[in-house]
Amino acid sequence: MVSLDTRPEDWVRFTPRQRLTRFAIYAFVLISIAWAMSNVEINWPWLLDAPQQMGDLFGRMVPPDASNLGTILRVLVETVNIATIATGAGVILSLPVAYIAAQNTTPNQATLWLGRFILVTSRSVNTIIWALLFVAIFGPGVLAGILAITFRSLGFLGKLMGEAIEEIDRRPVEALEATGASKGKVILYAIVPQVLPAFWAVSILRWDINIRESTVLGLVGAGGIGLVLQGAIDTFNWQEAATILLAILALVVIGEFISAWLRRQII
Amino acid sequence: MKSPLPETWSKPPAIANPVLRYGLILAVAVYAVWAIGTLPFDWARISDGVGRAGRIFSGAFPPSFERPGLMLEGFLESLQIAIIATAAGVLLSVPIALMSARNLAPMPVYILGRGIIICARSFHPVIVAIIFVKAVGFGPLAGMLTLMVYSIGFVAKMLAERIEEIDWGQVEAVRAAGASYLSTLIYAVFPQIMPRQIGLSIYQLDSNLRASAVVGIVGAGGIGATLANAFKRYDYDFALAIIMVIVGAILISEAVSGMIRKRIW
Repeated sequence: MVSLDTRPEDWVRFTPRQRLTRFAIYAFVLISIAWAMSNVEINWPWLLDAPQQMGDLFGRMVPPDASNLGTILRVLVETVNIATIATGAGVILSLPVAYIAAQNTTPNQATLWLGRFILVTSRSVNTIIWALLFVAIFGPGVLAGILAITFRSLGFLGKLMGEAIEEIDRRPVEALEATGASKGKVILYAIVPQVLPAFWAVSILRWDINIRESTVLGLVGAGGIGLVLQGAIDTFNWQEAATILLAILALVVIGEFISAWLRRQII
Repeated sequence: MKSPLPETWSKPPAIANPVLRYGLILAVAVYAVWAIGTLPFDWARISDGVGRAGRIFSGAFPPSFERPGLMLEGFLESLQIAIIATAAGVLLSVPIALMSARNLAPMPVYILGRGIIICARSFHPVIVAIIFVKAVGFGPLAGMLTLMVYSIGFVAKMLAERIEEIDWGQVEAVRAAGASYLSTLIYAVFPQIMPRQIGLSIYQLDSNLRASAVVGIVGAGGIGATLANAFKRYDYDFALAIIMVIVGAILISEAVSGMIRKRIW
């Protein structure tokens, strides 16, 4: 029988109570994994077959076919443009929302909740789901993609900017208010300089994410390189698909370098 | 009379060099015009959008919760996919993180490990999902494999960074006692990275649940598949109900995972 008190004479790392909690957590984790494994529809022959299938697929991708490289590069530029324009639009739209969603700058309780509602809605719906909606409304094309990324970025940027605004030093604001500065002047001279570094950092981070997201918009018809990838896969043109995947890999890696460089330049 | 100093103070510009300052503004403006000008907008189709938006939204309200069975089934499948993918992904990311930590791995192994992480991180889960759907067929299996790759990309990267920051004294102490490589890992490295690993796993479970709603759209199972079907059949009221359930589930899982991580860290 294990007593629930520690016995000081021989050292153990955890008290029996801690050990019980740990075992309970392990058991919970194992039971949830077992539940998931037993219920989910896994077609075991398919799983056992998977390495062979994947090998076969990659075999068909080699060597990558670069004959369509002109088109691929053109849509790659289009993809970057979608991401950049959408980031710009998202940044502009997110600022007023961040302003009303920050507790210390929001005019009143109703606007605070309105701001939070906009941010939560925007953030919880994934870019692809936004894209499905905008494709249904505006038809397949780049506009649906731009709007999807803008709407998703809005919540991300607004939330982080709102947090930056909530963390500002109150004293410059009070000092300016004491001189009788107008509301606009207070924002411009007391709030903006304090949140500017966060603003650049967050915008660059989101641009980097958006480059990645814009590569898949085409798969639901919202423009960019995803459309060409889907076309290559649907026609079983795996060699061209390999070129496109390499192009996406290069784009994302370059995007990451550019954003790291920009961050060093500005911050 | 003109005074040598300006009468009123004005804010110093962010970029001191005026050529660079106006050059940048001009460059941004030119880029915006060029980018918007070259993108292929289909204005005729877009102008139809306003009427369509009205039809879609009137079709979506009120959201229809009439098929709770279908929704629950899709949602549970998403949850199962997320759990299995997190467990497998986190297990696999430990060796990959060890490979990608500069202080533990020799150079060739380090490059291999970092290569795996870069590949896993660069491709959006939806692209990975399409490839797995082609390789192993439609259904939750493709979703699990996709999210496993996705988990490796994030967890292995963060874990490798944590391993690079460990207190090296403990490793030296264990090595001085004559411990083997494996014992060094178990007694000197793992205890130091364990809290971060648990936090990352919980975060990744939350993140996988989110992503599993999306990979379903391209055929990898879960609630995303239910959503994509509803959209394709113009069942906008059911689609809205599914989106509301997804948003609710994400908010709950975010709150729970945030609470647990706050207690661990």
